[in-house]
Amino acid sequence: MTTERILLAHGSGGKLSHDLVEKLFARRFSNAILDRMDDAAVLEIMGRKPEGTGDRQQDRDKQVGVPGLTGKLAFTTDSYVVSPIVFPGGDIGKLAVCGTVNDLCMSGAHPLYLSAGFIIEEGLPLDELEGIVDSMATTALQAGVAIVTGDTKVVDKGHADLLFINTSGVGIVPPDVNVSGSYALPGDVVLVSGTMGDHGMAILMQREGLQFSSHLTSDCAPLNGLVEAIFASLSTEESKSLVARVHCLRDPTRGGLITTLNELAQASDVGIEIEETSIPVCDPVRAACELLGFDPLYVANEGKLVAIVTADIAQRVLEAMKAHPDGANAAIIGEVTSSHAGKVIVRTELGARRIADMLAGDQLPRIC
Amino acid sequence: MKYIDEFRDPKLARRLIAHIKRRATEPMRFMEFCGGHTHAIMRYGLRQLLPANIKMLSGPGCPVCVTSCTDLDRAIALARIPGVILTTFGDMLRVPGSDGTLSGAKAEGADVRMVYSTLDAVQCARDNPDRPVIFLGIGFETTAPTVAASILQAERAGIHNYYVFSLHKLTPPAMRAILDGGEVALSGILGPGHVTTIIGSQAWAFLPEEYGMPCAVAGFESLDILRAVAMLTDMLVEGRPAVANAYPRCVSREGNPNAQEMMYRVFQATPADWRGIGTLPESGLGLREEFDHRDAALVFPIEIGPSHEPKGCRCGDVLRGALSPTECPLFANRCTPTSPLGPCMVSSEGACAAYFTYREYKDDH
Amino acid sequence: MCLAIPTLITSISEDQVAKIEIGGIERAISLIFTPEARVGDYALIHSGYAIGILAPEEAEETLRLLREMEEAAEAEEAAAEAEYADALARVEHSDLPKVGNETA
Repeated sequence: MTTERILLAHGSGGKLSHDLVEKLFARRFSNAILDRMDDAAVLEIMGRKPEGTGDRQQDRDKQVGVPGLTGKLAFTTDSYVVSPIVFPGGDIGKLAVCGTVNDLCMSGAHPLYLSAGFIIEEGLPLDELEGIVDSMATTALQAGVAIVTGDTKVVDKGHADLLFINTSGVGIVPPDVNVSGSYALPGDVVLVSGTMGDHGMAILMQREGLQFSSHLTSDCAPLNGLVEAIFASLSTEESKSLVARVHCLRDPTRGGLITTLNELAQASDVGIEIEETSIPVCDPVRAACELLGFDPLYVANEGKLVAIVTADIAQRVLEAMKAHPDGANAAIIGEVTSSHAGKVIVRTELGARRIADMLAGDQLPRIC
Repeated sequence: MKYIDEFRDPKLARRLIAHIKRRATEPMRFMEFCGGHTHAIMRYGLRQLLPANIKMLSGPGCPVCVTSCTDLDRAIALARIPGVILTTFGDMLRVPGSDGTLSGAKAEGADVRMVYSTLDAVQCARDNPDRPVIFLGIGFETTAPTVAASILQAERAGIHNYYVFSLHKLTPPAMRAILDGGEVALSGILGPGHVTTIIGSQAWAFLPEEYGMPCAVAGFESLDILRAVAMLTDMLVEGRPAVANAYPRCVSREGNPNAQEMMYRVFQATPADWRGIGTLPESGLGLREEFDHRDAALVFPIEIGPSHEPKGCRCGDVLRGALSPTECPLFANRCTPTSPLGPCMVSSEGACAAYFTYREYKDDH
Repeated sequence: MCLAIPTLITSISEDQVAKIEIGGIERAISLIFTPEARVGDYALIHSGYAIGILAPEEAEETLRLLREMEEAAEAEEAAAEAEYADALARVEHSDLPKVGNETA
């Protein structure tokens, strides 16, 4: 779609967003690491400077690092523009910390350090800002990360929606852990860590003009504890190598579960088939979706993950998640296949099979 | 969820399908009038599960899709009037007119606000007494009474800045037009359950009486739709066309007299422009003369350029059931939900959008 | 078209406004078209208005009919299976040459 201006749909996580990233940013910034389009860039830190080949692109792709240091550094960034800035279950600050922590641990990294950049609209009450900063501090502590650098800018009234936050983060990927959206293989099992659609519907219910009151709260949470629990269950004396059987981890944020599964199917060039009835959705989210004509499988989550692992460890991973407070409603929802590569198939409760594509933009409440 | 979950029971659904399979001994073509039915049928994958000799065709039952390009252009022009607040249901935001969408107009600075209910639109007028608040009225007989109620509410409360731009339409005339057109061979009609909650199942008596066409009024859960298909099958096989009520928990013969009364107190039947069908007499709802002061079309005269449908767009044919979405040459290549050319692809109730998002998967081997 | 959902009426105030609930979500809606509504009824709500009140006995009746159809179908299938088993048994024990056997 050739548009002359940016539309809201360009930020919704659906097809228009993907197009914008692919055709504008990724094309201009292209390099081997970026082109993988994982949640965090995993960078080999070499012990020495490689010989220059004369090809600037190639040289850039080989990481220049610190002598004596080896291993994989994960590095990610994200910006947060959510409105309202405070919502049941969290606020933009908590979201900013969790979002970046989660992008790091979705690449298998232990998150370590965050930066925080603030763009503040003139007129924002100071006590509101304090509340958000407190929230960030608490969440960072909970996640075990440190916010080590930052920046602040203030813009004229009307030039920012109260507050925008950018967080960047770094972490270390342990040896043996090798996670990427492109690593799913036919025969792998697909799991989710809990109920789908909580965050998006909680935000929507607060939206002015809808006048619904609900107890829905965002599921916003750091996932590194859960990811560590998964890896811990696979790292026993005899089974050190099992950790590498976790192929993909991704948090289904904007665009929801189906969008994320499509991304993984495309990145790994495999098919994914899921059983609709096995996907956990809580009753209030179901009800809110019925009222507004939404499909919970396309609604954003901020404290859940999708895991794609080899079949032999699936049960173990499931149990490890269920034993953790953030994974109580974990479930196996489907499998990876070699047919219909790049596509996600849903088997309905009546046994019919349909293709589940990404949406173009956000879902909108409808009366029809 | 009570009265929803029980009507999605997969075991009972399978039984209904088995019943239909046993009984459907000849080819049958049923038109599901309502966009909500198309959506539900695709979502549950019912097309795959019904026997191959039953064909379900989509009809003009999506109020967004049947809004003509001209009418949409007028709505967008109203939104662009400086100072106006245009309130609308979410459904209309992304439908393309000749030159852009309401969403696009919003990006360019128009004050377009999404509401869930006309109650919220009236509240918006209360909150903004110095600005005209226009409500974009789309929808059939299910929605029109709520818009009528909002006008009466504004009158009672002395809210002078609330206006309605009515693009409401009536469903029986469209159904007649499809049958009179003779373009599509049909064996039966799946009647719109929520429209019929308002207008009553007797409103469909003309189908068996004048056209010999069976009609089964259906709800929107899988069991509701399957039951209606089973009833249609039975009526056909037994040669007794009638209006069957497959949604008796909500639908009665006379419907909701209060809603009907209020709708006709405020509106009257007028000619309306149906995309794909053309102008049908007495098929739209226009504000009665005593409410002229609330009629955005009169109070805010606008000029628009000539309207043009996108080149090659076959939405009209799809809406009449003459073309299935997959038969449109633009479907899934030049016309997709990401870059829709016509309303059938944009609206979530549109046949093309439903077919695209929920398309069935067939094994190649 | 016409998204309308059955919701429980939990309270009714003057001027025909009611509070409904579904799955823990609540909203104020208008009862202007359903003045007969009572607390405890299920209202079919569309865009903030109740357009009808669900008839529980009709819902029960529909489900009963479907369940009966299911039982009837199961009985039919069971009977059909029994018949088939009988027929098979008869073939097994008869003196007729079995299908596929060559006889001179």
